[in-house]
Amino acid sequence: MLSAASTGKGDEKPSKAKATGSRTLFEKVWNAHLVRPENQDTPALLYVDLHLVHEVTSPQAFDVLRQRDLRVRRPERTVATMDHSTPTSPPGADGRIVFLDRQAESQVRQLERNCQEFGIRLYPLGSDRQGIVHVIGPELGLTQPGMTIVCGDSHTSTHGAFGALAFGIGTTEVGHVLASQCLLQRKPQTFAIRLDGALPVGVTAKDLILAVIAKIGVHGGTGHVLEYRGSCVRSLSMEERMTVCNMSIEAGARAGMMAPDDVTFEYLADRPLAPQGPAWDEALARWRRLPSDSESLYDREVSLEVSTLEPMITYGTNPGMAIPIGSPLPDTERDPAVEKALQYMGLKPGQPLLGHPVDVVFIGSCTNARISDLRLAANVFKGRKVASGVRVLVVSGSQQVKKQAETEGLDRIFREAGAEWREPGCSMCIAMNGDRLEPGQYAVSTSNRNFEGRQGSGGRTFLASPLTAAATAVTGRITDAREILGRS
Amino acid sequence: MKPIRVVESTTVVLPNANVDTDQIIPARFLTVTTRHGLGQRLFADWRYDKEGNPRPDFVLNQENTREGEVLVAGDNFGCGSSREHAPWALLDYGFRAVVSTRFADIFRSNALKNGLLTVVVDEETHRALLAEPGIEVAIDLEAQTLRLPNGKEVTFPIDAFARFCLLNGKDELDFLLEQESSIAEHEKTLPLS
Repeated sequence: MLSAASTGKGDEKPSKAKATGSRTLFEKVWNAHLVRPENQDTPALLYVDLHLVHEVTSPQAFDVLRQRDLRVRRPERTVATMDHSTPTSPPGADGRIVFLDRQAESQVRQLERNCQEFGIRLYPLGSDRQGIVHVIGPELGLTQPGMTIVCGDSHTSTHGAFGALAFGIGTTEVGHVLASQCLLQRKPQTFAIRLDGALPVGVTAKDLILAVIAKIGVHGGTGHVLEYRGSCVRSLSMEERMTVCNMSIEAGARAGMMAPDDVTFEYLADRPLAPQGPAWDEALARWRRLPSDSESLYDREVSLEVSTLEPMITYGTNPGMAIPIGSPLPDTERDPAVEKALQYMGLKPGQPLLGHPVDVVFIGSCTNARISDLRLAANVFKGRKVASGVRVLVVSGSQQVKKQAETEGLDRIFREAGAEWREPGCSMCIAMNGDRLEPGQYAVSTSNRNFEGRQGSGGRTFLASPLTAAATAVTGRITDAREILGRS
Repeated sequence: MKPIRVVESTTVVLPNANVDTDQIIPARFLTVTTRHGLGQRLFADWRYDKEGNPRPDFVLNQENTREGEVLVAGDNFGCGSSREHAPWALLDYGFRAVVSTRFADIFRSNALKNGLLTVVVDEETHRALLAEPGIEVAIDLEAQTLRLPNGKEVTFPIDAFARFCLLNGKDELDFLLEQESSIAEHEKTLPLS
């Protein structure tokens, strides 16, 4: 692979592509979905294979359809679930689900009505397939290599782990896709993130993506589609790949992608909605042609050697403000943004984070609530107790994850340790459903955003891996899990 | 949507870099099912204290800023969540344009679809705008220029299609629906249709 100029201009791109005839994974997927290419006056018309819908960003889009007397063009390519405004406490003895308030309930009911009226498949509360939209898509086998996938949700980038072009859109665009199955899009630039080496013991996919964001910055990916490449990517499981791609948006990227390989195909085989029989063979042949050609050029490229990475943790108020867990906090002299962030967090420059007390530990979200994440956490909790005064929430990404964890007895480990074992949903990642931090509380969270107030007004978030979160839960202080589990 | 040609107004300055959409409109206000009335929640956690009283030090609570329709913001405005409630809240409050050195991709797309102009300026112009809150600026969408009180004009880039739609009050959905035959043609080539 040849390295392109570090900041390619849009008008350089076509000549480079023509010169080599090689195409990247992104370009292959993009080209295959062009109803009309872009020109100076008009963006490209891009066909959408799969449209995922949830309750928060869709009601106003369905209203537009009604106002204009439009139908959903391809209901069979549209799939809905509810995850953001939904409670994570179990239904009462009478089966009644108690919402945070009437408005949250009304939003959920509105999605039910919209799906019924427009003929859209819905996995509602109570369904054994309900869960966070970015967890259930892959789980069902809906998410497939080479697809274009959109959702009114920025963490749609998760699905890029399968070699899909998957990105978040706004509500107006949700309406566009419902009505036309297409989007008007300018072609993004490409950015290769080369990850070589093997992750050390105790260093997870979450630490990897936090290190990438810290390296390129929270706007490092703006206007670009990232392609994660290199030997490290090949060694990751699908769930680990999803954790990495999930946080591409936290570097500002339009999407993050990884070439599909045997790990991908093995994950997808026999999923309920994946192709079966001869259709599987046909799909597999197509998917094997997706990886970037060997001479492909990217507009930008960075490399990261992962074998020296440490567990990462954020200290500030955006996901780029992250350090190796044993490092002291940075100086603020040259950066007023860091100074402001530390002020919000109640931290001082140069102080260590290890040993800092926390009030809450949240294990969940579309970043880290799959079965492998829960296994990592359970391994720490096993035979240990949650530290006194610490509240721990464990929230599965989906009903299927919850069921699997219960089959493996992980729920018992969490409960016996003193953690809350809750129903699936976005929960305290976005704090819309009543699961939230109180003002001033500190939390270690396996979620994706440490913005001011993200987990509850005035709450203060440290983002980290499930290992770090669980280790912190049992000591009550920010802890390197390797101190508990050992380094081998 | 009404056509937009020129926005002339005093500026309101919020210099922080990387203002995310959770700050613009916190998630707890997203259980609404309409797009109206979000202006009162704009920047809620910076604008009000725990009891809901206005914080006097926040820019929107200062008397001379209420008429400003142009928000001058720090670099990388609108990062994070894809919520379109962010531009809805800014518009509902009364802003018609945001000026910065960079916008997050999804925010910019959402803003332009709702008639909130996103004006990208060079760092020198940005510094001048940040240094002098409340100055009168004129943003001319047709000419793609921002004019400062001293007469200095800078040009700004904007997607040609978004500009066309905004200048003519056109809805992108109409354009998409006109592509029906091309879309149907494309669908015939799909492996999984």
